[in-house]
Amino acid sequence: MSLMSGLFNYWAVAALLLIGLGIVVWQGNLIKKLVGLSIFQTAVFIFYISVGKVAGGTAPILDDSYSQYSNPLPHVLILTAIVVGIATTALALALVIRIKASYGSVEESDINGQDK
Amino acid sequence: MLIVVACFIARSKDLMVTVILFSIYGLLCASFFMLMDAVDVAFTEAAVGAGISPLLMLITLASVGRFQQAGRYPVVLIGFIGAVLGGLLVWATLGMPMFGDALAPVHQHVAPRYIEESGVEVGVPNIVTSVLASYRAFDTLGEVVVIFTAGVGVLSLLGGGSYQKRFLIDRIIDREEHKILRVVSKILIPPILLFALYVQFHGDYGPGGGFQAGVIFAAGVVLYTLFFGLKVVQQVISEMSVRVLAALGVLLYGCVGLVSLLKGHNYLDYYALAANPKTGQHLGILVIELGVGITVASVMILFFYTFARNFGGRGAVS
Repeated sequence: MSLMSGLFNYWAVAALLLIGLGIVVWQGNLIKKLVGLSIFQTAVFIFYISVGKVAGGTAPILDDSYSQYSNPLPHVLILTAIVVGIATTALALALVIRIKASYGSVEESDINGQDK
Repeated sequence: MLIVVACFIARSKDLMVTVILFSIYGLLCASFFMLMDAVDVAFTEAAVGAGISPLLMLITLASVGRFQQAGRYPVVLIGFIGAVLGGLLVWATLGMPMFGDALAPVHQHVAPRYIEESGVEVGVPNIVTSVLASYRAFDTLGEVVVIFTAGVGVLSLLGGGSYQKRFLIDRIIDREEHKILRVVSKILIPPILLFALYVQFHGDYGPGGGFQAGVIFAAGVVLYTLFFGLKVVQQVISEMSVRVLAALGVLLYGCVGLVSLLKGHNYLDYYALAANPKTGQHLGILVIELGVGITVASVMILFFYTFARNFGGRGAVS
């Protein structure tokens, strides 16, 4: 397998990580930051699932007609991580709503300005 | 394609567009997981990434406004830092085993044991379920508690407030009565709920389990709320009952552990639950998955109720 096709998934993950991180750092809007954080998070998910894939394997559900399965462990970890992720995102969104209520803005610069 | 969508997300100034793109991104992710044989993960991502998560963001947008200011630093600086980081990451991947390599170190550690032994030890065809609910039941308990805690956190931040006679969101839904959408949703929602139950109780044999079922069920209820209003849906599933159920699910999970403890085994050791080890495992997995499903579904619905009650940013009182 060539270098390109063998590592393409990881490079895509790297790109997504950077985009996510870029949004978190660059954008001042709190909601946008959360979206960026979620992208960052899914990049990690994609990385785990890519690592778990076995060429020629099938979904890890035991059946007599298959002998090669993909690695089930990353699936378990990511499955729960997704649900935990939405739970924490919801918590963050709730915080954003409260920040809006007390500062009247969700832009980082405005909030910092008011704190001075 | 994921990268393209992510780039558009980074560029768009309109947060509404951002969130809708994010939903598409979630759906793409789910398809990708499907291709990678991770069917259980794909289920969850489809319901969460494409459904619940963008929806919560949209509701939040209603309170915080939809347009944002431009970024803070010059693009060149960000681009430079990005290029350096990206170079490092790509350099790091050069040492990674090739994609799909069956001999990669990850596949040599515990995974072969799970794949080869779980059929005998746990007796459940879906390996993901047996790892999730049996081998790593402690982890899963921890995760359910985290979800429950997040639910409590959201409630303490946004809960309380006055219970209005008519919610703002209901007024909007009633004013723009979408007849076609309502009829279609009436046809769609029973199968969604039924499918969630199937995923819940068939998770031992096919892809599925408590987490997936919980989010799918919640997505069904949320869909119903969007078309018929909070008031109507709360007559069926009241907010109080959701709160109680969220706690009950965690309790159910924990109690399974206590039962096996009382029977003289380790915490969450399902062999204690029945004389036949496989029956014990089956029973244990079924009950804790039920606990997981109840908690996840109720916490997700609770999130939605709480956010929807604060729709328009009026209810944010402490």
